[in-house]
Order: sequence, then structure tokens, then C-alpha cells
Amino acid sequence: MRITLIDVGATNLPSVERAFQHLGAATERATVPEQIAAATALVLPGAGRLGAVMRALDAQQLLEPIREALARKTPFLGIGPGMHALYEASDEEPPQAGFAVFAGHVLPLPENAQCPHLGWNQLQQVRPGRLLRGLSEKAWFYFAHTAAAPAAQESPATSRRVLEMRPSGAKAVEHPASSVAVCRHGGAFVAAAEIEKVFAVQFRPEKSGDAGLDVLRNFLEAAR
Amino acid sequence: MTLARRILACVETESARLKSGPQDHRGDSGDPAELAGHLCQEGADELVVIETRAAQGGRTAFLELVRRLAAQLPIPLTAGGGIHSIADARAVLRAGADRVMVNSAAVRAPQLIDELSAEFGAESLVLAVDARRVADAWEVFFRGGQEATGRDAVAWAREGSERGAGEILVTALDRKGTRDGYDTALTAAVSAQVSVPVTASGGAGTPDDFLAAFTEGRADAAMAASIFHHGDVSIRNLKQYLDSRGVLVRI
Repeated sequence: MRITLIDVGATNLPSVERAFQHLGAATERATVPEQIAAATALVLPGAGRLGAVMRALDAQQLLEPIREALARKTPFLGIGPGMHALYEASDEEPPQAGFAVFAGHVLPLPENAQCPHLGWNQLQQVRPGRLLRGLSEKAWFYFAHTAAAPAAQESPATSRRVLEMRPSGAKAVEHPASSVAVCRHGGAFVAAAEIEKVFAVQFRPEKSGDAGLDVLRNFLEAAR
Repeated sequence: MTLARRILACVETESARLKSGPQDHRGDSGDPAELAGHLCQEGADELVVIETRAAQGGRTAFLELVRRLAAQLPIPLTAGGGIHSIADARAVLRAGADRVMVNSAAVRAPQLIDELSAEFGAESLVLAVDARRVADAWEVFFRGGQEATGRDAVAWAREGSERGAGEILVTALDRKGTRDGYDTALTAAVSAQVSVPVTASGGAGTPDDFLAAFTEGRADAAMAASIFHHGDVSIRNLKQYLDSRGVLVRI
């Protein structure tokens, strides 16, 4: 089982790498298109804004290889901004388009919520999925972020500025099929999502103790 | 589902070795990584490692320590000590720290906060505010607590959060090492002024001190060092106690 970590300088890549190695997976760091094309399982870790991540992917000419890998249904895990990349777009300043595997937008956290969302929180599973298989509802995960994809069951508490950016007539964000678990901070947001073999987590699995390792182990299982 | 209050374990180092000093009763216990592993096992929510001799040649050894800690710990790691620039911060983050902490450099050049936040994200940046009580308020001290700045600590914390620090670590220098309890009035004053998480530091001695930090002190997290290192307070028992008193903690 070889995990290909897409490397555009994300500061948390070494920790993610270490976690997969701890679970017995072989890992490699991919910086060129050929490595993405040859990968059998891809992970996109990230820190910071989606805009910076997508610009870095573009600079290394990795956008198209990733699109192709997703089209080929290569197992894929996005973490943090790596998750945001899988949505249609992030409206966090500056706005940035993503790969549009999951429907909807990522928005800045609601104004009534402490920002960043920083610390240990719990999830509510909203539909069965492979990523959280076997995990207790009481499990704690570490979050450190300033934006997230709002959950389907509540209208996002968006700031006025974000609403203005939306094309007129656009309705509230919908995440019909991809949301597996939500977390609440200000409002409910997607904490884990999956469609077929594309998985995404808002929390930092490599820094979430044993529960985080269980999630990564589930990804390894699903990626076989 | 809400955020748990966090218990942070702090380790101070001198050129990447455990620091011993007047307030540490039992001296150098050895390798910081071994201590860090123990604290993690005990249930620490995060490790904070502060290098006190970065400017005096300790930087390289410290980066190596950060690398080792990050490789070994499945919990978040915040690293500080002599971070003066984007390059310094990048080196520490690339070594594996999840967050960097700035103190004196930010006091001297506050725009450093804006720059670091823009580059790495607010969630990657902690502003450490060291304060001493002066009359009815608190004054910011820097350079290891030696030098007064004439600046109001609460106002500085607020400015730091507005400039982009994702968390404020407030240390009551008068309480540090005394085990007389946190300065809850200070943390409450800061919490009231900032919209980012606030961590209390300085003075923890008993589990009730932590309870006070979370209640009267309105802190989101509480940090301690030597009481955890030497087992005077077990993090595991502390969390059970806090849980029994209605504080949401990760157990």
C-alpha cells in the first residue's frame, strides 16, 4: 500500500507522512505530474488558505494530473484546505475555485463563532461512511481552521460580505450526498465527507490522537 | 458538541535540553522528547515547547528537537523562542510544529503578526503576552520578562488578535512558579476583549486553579509546566476532576 502525498510545501505534510508510516503504509512525496499519474492512493494535506494551495499546485503543474486522477477514481484524501479543494469553491478571501468533486462552497466561519475554530471537538455522524467506521460518537478530533463547508441541514450563517459575493438568486449551499459527519461551531459544518473513493476531513487526523489514526487506517482500508 | 477546554503542557528548553531554573524544584530531568511522550500519554491536549536560547546558538538543536517531537506526538505542537521573521517561523513549521509562538519580536515590530498570519494562517500563530500587574492594570514585559514596555497588556492582546494572531497565551509573570493560582482577573480581562481563544499561564498549583481559570478566568485553555513534569498534578486526574465539576474536557 503506497500513499502518495501531494507536496506543495504544506507544513503539516511531515506529520501526515509520519502517521501513515506509523500505520505501516509506504509513503512518497509527489512534486511532479508523473508521480500523480502513477499514484494508487493520493493524499492532499494542507495548511492555510485554499488559494495558496491551488496556486502552489498550479505552479507545479499538478492541477490537471489531480483532475485526471480524480476522474480515474484514484482513492483520494483531502485534509483541511485539502478538503476545501474538493468543493466547488472557497469563499474565504481571496475566493478560489476547487475541483468540484463535492457540491457546494466553503465559507468563512460564521461571525458568531470564535475564529479560528481551534481545539478538540466531537462529531455527529449524519450518514454511514467508510472513513468513520468503528469510531465512537464520543471520539475527539483536533480542529484548527477559519473556514468550512456548511452542513446541508442548516442555512449557513454567512457574513454580509460573502452573501454579496454570491451570484444573485443562488440558494443556500447544499451537500446532499457527500457529508458523512458534521461538527458544530457557530453553525453545523461538514467535518468529514466522502463520495465513492474520494474522502475529506476538516480536522487534522494526524494530530487527533488514536481517533485520528483510526480514520487514517480506515482510509488505507478503503484505498486498497 | 462543543469545543473542549484544553490542558496544555509546557516544556521550556535551553538549546533543546530541559531547562532548570530557580522555579524548577528538581532540575534537569533529561530528554525533552521523553517528557513530551509522557505528557501526551497522560492526556495533554497540546504540547508547547519554548526555547530560551534560540538567539544564543540554540536554534539548530531546537529545530531538531521540534522535528523529533512532531514525528513522535499525535497531538498538536506549538513551538516558540526567538521567532523574529517569516523565515524563522517557516523553519519551525516545516520542522513539524503545528503553530508558532511569538513574543518579543512582535512587541518590537507588531506588523510581524500581520505578516505571519497572512503567510501561514491565524490558526498557525500564537501571540504570547507576558504581563505584570501595575496598579489596576497589567503591563506588558518582554525579553524574558525583564524589560517593561509601558504598554497595557489587555490592549496589546486585543491588538494582536486584530492583527491576526489566532490565539493569545497570557502569562502572569508575578504568578509564574508560585503555584498560587492563575491570575484569573487578567485572563478574564483579555477574554472579554478578544475573539480568539485565550490560554491562561503562570501560577497553576492545584486542580482547583485550573477550574478557576476556566470559570472566573474565562480561559479556553490552561497551561502548566513543572507541576505536570514531576507528577505533582496528574493530567489524567486533573481532567477527571474538571469533568466531575462540569467542565467539558477531552477524556
